[in-house]
Amino acid sequence: MEVQQFHYDNKIVKKFLYATIFWGIIGMAVGLLLAFMFIFPQVTDGISWLSFGRLRPLHTNAVIFAFVGNAIFAGVYYSSQRLLKARMFSDALSNLNFWGWQLIIVAAAITLPLGFTSSKEYAELEWPIDIAIAVVWVAFGWNLIGTILKRRQRHLYVAIWFYLATFVTVAVLHIFNSLALPVTALKSYSAYAGVQDALVQWWYGHNAVAFFLTTPFLGLMYYFVPKAANRPVYSYKLSIIHFWSLIFIYIWAGPHHLLYSALPDWAQNLGVTFSVMLIMPSWGGMINGLLTLRGAWDKVRTSPVLKFMVVAITGYGMATFEGPMLSLKNVNAIAHFTDWIIAHVHVGALAWNGFLTFGMIYFLIPKLFKTKLHSVSLANAHFWVGTLGIVLYALPMYVAGFVQALMWKDFNPDGTLVYGNFLETVSEIMPMYWMRAIGGTLYISGMFLLLYNVVMTIKSGSTVEDELAEAAPLQKIKSGRITGEAFHSWLERKPVQLTILATIAILIGGVVQIIPTLLVKSNVPTITSVTPYTPLELEGRDIYIREGCVGCHSQMIRPFRSEVERYGEYSKGGEYVYDRPFLWGSKRTGPDLLRVGGKYSDNWHFNHMYDPQSTSSGSIMPAYQWLIANELDKSNTEAKLKTMVKLGVPYSDEDIENVQKNMLEQGTQIEQNLYNDPDFVKSYEADKKYAEENGLEFVEMKNREITALIAYLQRLGTDIKIVEPEASQASN
Amino acid sequence: MKFAKQYLEGIEGIEIYPIFSLLIFFSFFVILFWWVITAKKDYIKNVSEMPLNDEEPLNTKEQ
Repeated sequence: MEVQQFHYDNKIVKKFLYATIFWGIIGMAVGLLLAFMFIFPQVTDGISWLSFGRLRPLHTNAVIFAFVGNAIFAGVYYSSQRLLKARMFSDALSNLNFWGWQLIIVAAAITLPLGFTSSKEYAELEWPIDIAIAVVWVAFGWNLIGTILKRRQRHLYVAIWFYLATFVTVAVLHIFNSLALPVTALKSYSAYAGVQDALVQWWYGHNAVAFFLTTPFLGLMYYFVPKAANRPVYSYKLSIIHFWSLIFIYIWAGPHHLLYSALPDWAQNLGVTFSVMLIMPSWGGMINGLLTLRGAWDKVRTSPVLKFMVVAITGYGMATFEGPMLSLKNVNAIAHFTDWIIAHVHVGALAWNGFLTFGMIYFLIPKLFKTKLHSVSLANAHFWVGTLGIVLYALPMYVAGFVQALMWKDFNPDGTLVYGNFLETVSEIMPMYWMRAIGGTLYISGMFLLLYNVVMTIKSGSTVEDELAEAAPLQKIKSGRITGEAFHSWLERKPVQLTILATIAILIGGVVQIIPTLLVKSNVPTITSVTPYTPLELEGRDIYIREGCVGCHSQMIRPFRSEVERYGEYSKGGEYVYDRPFLWGSKRTGPDLLRVGGKYSDNWHFNHMYDPQSTSSGSIMPAYQWLIANELDKSNTEAKLKTMVKLGVPYSDEDIENVQKNMLEQGTQIEQNLYNDPDFVKSYEADKKYAEENGLEFVEMKNREITALIAYLQRLGTDIKIVEPEASQASN
Repeated sequence: MKFAKQYLEGIEGIEIYPIFSLLIFFSFFVILFWWVITAKKDYIKNVSEMPLNDEEPLNTKEQ
């Protein structure tokens, strides 16, 4: 048979590996800074672009899309070429994929600290960057499918199916969740509102975990673990079941992020059911990965690559056991909004994604440079430092989560809360935050060991950028099933049919959940007393979004006695109909803010933003002094209202005409209220006088950002305070 | 649920939806297991060894 010679593209794999290491260090460093901000909240005081709320999405995006993302591409580009016996379809597409992705990351690293965010978790980037992501993602998929079509290997190994499912599903998720109407070049409003926005977001959010952090890594597991152990996967049949059942079930599980929220019950229960089922395919996959090492456990002792992989798979097993448990409503009632969730995601990120990536790097770098790893003992040291880091990170966060939950729900015999002051529950877990920061420090130190080891290995090796390989081309055979060929064997050599079936499998769950919630109006009962935000409140809300307040404060009171006692009437779906995007949040480092409106005076909010510790002793909230100094940008307010009208918010023409007048009136009222505090009057008048004497421009308080934020905060949750909740619920 | 029901009841033939969903779900797994069980042994063996036979870079051989 004729044998063809061709070259594997190793250069693109190297580039992605370098990017993985570089962004890994950046993403983890930002995470570490954030961990220290819990202990030293003032550490970046006065620097808006280094404030906690703005850096948190940078950390999550950098770790997920930059570190893990580049690792996925590196692994996919290396393994696909070899499994398909072909060079990547197009070098140009490979490079577009690489440089485009890095550019997107840089754009994220600039826009997020500057406060340009859609505030939807793991999808914070604004619309122009979203479009760029879609383009680069399509380039990746095109390249992958192109390679599959020109392959020299008839059958597609299971890893390739996982890559295909990743490509298709991430594309679907990204496009539907990012639908928004732009106001300006870097500001948009979500196409969905309130409850619907929440459902779409967590359908996306959960499946970003599923199809960005899990399926591509399972593909990598099915390729790199057998390679490193030098034996085939434990059960290939199990991997077939693993693949199909995982992608079919995963897509339904999103609503478990919204248990006890204002989401309709049927959607919550559907999410719970499928989340519990998910343990079967997940554990099937984990067992398959671990048992691949049957008879090779002695190798684990000596090979750092296998060590990393074993802990990675174990981490996957732990996280996917915990996930279904957290989806049970009674467990979720304890864990949701606490640091338990932070522990859960970090077991996934640090152990499963991080360690599998490290194993892959230690495996690939010597191979790509035709040499041995510079120091095996250094890699072993990395393994132990990293493992200790994970333990020291996760354990304190579990304890913190339980402590929070118990304290939040603790009642005195007379029916009052034992810890009525939220801050008591924060001070209690400070030692845990300390330990977490130490765990994080260990983990990132391991990363530096890796960097050094990789650099030294590369120095001692030789570069083979285009690796020569040979294989026979595929013979033409009939496209139908050959006699005696099982259906699945046929399907595996038909990539297009396989992709279509996988797409159908992932669409069923999405369609069943999303469409009824979007179409059946009565799923979100309207409340007549709920009215759109005033222009100033809307601007204030956009500041709340810009500063990332949602990272620490929820706006979702669950129907529990403890929450109603602490925060007020529980949340109704109808209260959020004008919230674009929704701001329910997923973590309570600080208290819930849904009913904060009217709870404190305008002066309290003013002083609290200027110096949180002055109003709330022991608070770990950073100061937001720039809000008090900055002039409010009112130039886009009309455009914002007009965009809202297009989305169906009932602002009248008159409302839009009188935007500036209304804003000034409401701002003036707040300024007057602020005059109630003699301290405020003293310093404000002094500032004014100083500006006058020195001929400086002076922005009146009514035109500053803080005024808009106060307007928004004072409005929060007040719509339904006015009337009896029972009377306000109309059937439609 | 009361409100949702009212609308869902308005859809013609709604009563078969739950049964239809169950059928999709059930047949999905029946077909899946049928595939896997009927798969040929030597085929499974060949495919599962794919990651192991993909290398032997020619560069090293030539050197």
